[in-house]
Amino acid sequence: MQPASEANQRIARISAHLHPPNFQMEESSGLRRANCRAKGAAPGFKVAILGAAGGIGQPLAMLMKINPLVSVLHLYDVVNTPGVTADISHMDTGAVVRGFLGQPQLEEALAGMDLVIIPAGVPRKPGMTRDDLFNINAGIVRTLCEGIVKSCPKAIVNLISNPVNSTVPIAAEVFKRAGTYCPKRLLGVTMLDVVRANTFVAEVLGLDPREVDVPVIGGHAGVTILPLLSQVKPPCSFTPQEIDQLTLRIQNGGTEVVEAKAGTGSATLSMAYAAVKFADACLRGLRGDAGIVECAYVASQVTELPFFASKVRLGRTGAEEVLPLGPLNEYERAGLEKAKQELAESIQKGVSFIKK
Amino acid sequence: MRTVLLRSLRSAAARSAPSNSHLLRRGFSSESVPERKVAVLGAAGGIGQPLALLMKINPLVSKLSLYDIAGTPGVAADVSHINTRSEVAGYAGEDQLGQALEGADLVIIPAGVPRKPGMTRDDLFNINAGIVKSLCTAIAKYCPNAIVNMISNPVNSTVPIAAEVFKKAGTYDERKLFGVTTLDVVRAKTFYAGKANVPVAGVDVPVVGGHAGITILPLFSQASPQANLPEDVIKALTKRTQDGGTEVVEAKAGKGSATLSMAYAGAVFADACLEGLNGVPNIVQCSFVQSSVTELPFFASKVILGKNGVEKILDLGPLSDYEQEGLEKLKPELKASIEKGIKFANEN
Repeated sequence: MQPASEANQRIARISAHLHPPNFQMEESSGLRRANCRAKGAAPGFKVAILGAAGGIGQPLAMLMKINPLVSVLHLYDVVNTPGVTADISHMDTGAVVRGFLGQPQLEEALAGMDLVIIPAGVPRKPGMTRDDLFNINAGIVRTLCEGIVKSCPKAIVNLISNPVNSTVPIAAEVFKRAGTYCPKRLLGVTMLDVVRANTFVAEVLGLDPREVDVPVIGGHAGVTILPLLSQVKPPCSFTPQEIDQLTLRIQNGGTEVVEAKAGTGSATLSMAYAAVKFADACLRGLRGDAGIVECAYVASQVTELPFFASKVRLGRTGAEEVLPLGPLNEYERAGLEKAKQELAESIQKGVSFIKK
Repeated sequence: MRTVLLRSLRSAAARSAPSNSHLLRRGFSSESVPERKVAVLGAAGGIGQPLALLMKINPLVSKLSLYDIAGTPGVAADVSHINTRSEVAGYAGEDQLGQALEGADLVIIPAGVPRKPGMTRDDLFNINAGIVKSLCTAIAKYCPNAIVNMISNPVNSTVPIAAEVFKKAGTYDERKLFGVTTLDVVRAKTFYAGKANVPVAGVDVPVVGGHAGITILPLFSQASPQANLPEDVIKALTKRTQDGGTEVVEAKAGKGSATLSMAYAGAVFADACLEGLNGVPNIVQCSFVQSSVTELPFFASKVILGKNGVEKILDLGPLSDYEQEGLEKLKPELKASIEKGIKFANEN
């Protein structure tokens, strides 16, 4: 009996859904092994969470602390980080946790980071759109990106702060002005839309949600969220009502939770889960695993818009390849046109915020 | 555990090669993992929410029931969007408690108020004892055969309270009632790994006694890997493990006690219980249970978990002189806490 390895298996099973073993990993050459593992040192990446004491940040921090690919975890926020850090630091997993409190500590929090996850900002209340958050969150995102420019300009950035459709362009502008912008390293997190799509479609079809994969393209707000039900795996057909209902439900998934929480917040736990799933994919890409493909909102040429969410291949330099959208049916093509109109405005709003 | 690896393999393979997709339309009852309903009582709280998240992503869970006096519709809506196997249902208010509990295989209870700086776990007694009593009364009625994982503090008293409630109802099975002390083990391992300068993944430290201050007795003499740490370091580690909860209460400066690490530890222990239920062999965890390893009626030590809960309680093993001393010191306090719980249950 090996109790220690039992514990590992248990931790692994609890988090297996978040970081599945990758059987497509390229054959480890001695060189590749040396890339991520120094003799005696724990292999892994340095990850910072900006907004770690918030509703999303806290469960996100807990899940990243469990992730075996993380060797150092920096928790930054403007309040409460000492408490969250003390709490998480007791967990018996490998990542070293450090807490940072207040803007004067932002640069230190970011020094040497490989991946920066940004859930910082205020959440919606019932009746609000993600765009209503713009005024507060735009300023927060700008400040945090200025910190990234100074401390870890080569880090991969996973942006969660809403409205993502605008905050990603804001981040891009900040990075461009500083001369550090690399479009492969800036990703708006849309994974929760994919998670929701998989869950809602699985429910309708009577399948296990773990076996369903629905691509979701466009953006991360209302009608800009475009699930491509015609491309679902496993291949299934839907009635027109199912398509309408599912599309609407996926687009309003966030609102569904805001209303159920009746003023006390928006999705936190499912957002943390989705963020970690996506961050883990980024880390496996950084490690050099092959075939890591996830939807993300990135600088893109698949449409005439400067930013667009679609499947991207994640690798050592970030989003290395934006995959083509694939065939869309008529319903989806119509949805795409609607999505593009709103998305264009949101992108412009973000760009203008910095240019002002 | 091989079953864990097989499950991960299967889902990874399914994701990358859905060529037999036409078979899936029959629904996934072809899954060989048993159906298990888990109820979380206090699911909208500081521990309950991250615990609900961790149980939602655990593939051993088929139904997740989230209960609290308020806030659960929001938490359930949130967590229900996660694309894992389990169906989620939220229940709010005492009149929904029965529904929440019906058919549960495992009930996890983080409900109650947390400490503020300067408070001991015992200071929570007056509020939390009443909460635990009514929740257990419902368990006896709606899911008397369920395994119960008690997190609500002070655990040293709330577990005896639960036992008394179950005894009165005629449903008590001492193999199924557990006070969760996993966070003490987690802390002991983490702190020990730091001092011994070894990866925490390979560390094991038994923690016995109870779940408050000096009743928490880490047995570093039995730790693996052995590190031959000097006595003053062992004493410091012991104290730090005993005061680990207070460390977090103070760092949070009035905003609460350990939530995330408690959720994590709670999920680790719940997972072990589920594995035991499912017949996986050699599942050993420390837990506060009815016990005859000492003269006290309840005591935490290593137990083997199986289809009926506790299969076997393991002996304490050899103790160092320091640990023997610690054991004698903790017994009077633990005894008093146990009796306080029993007294409360019998007078209310």
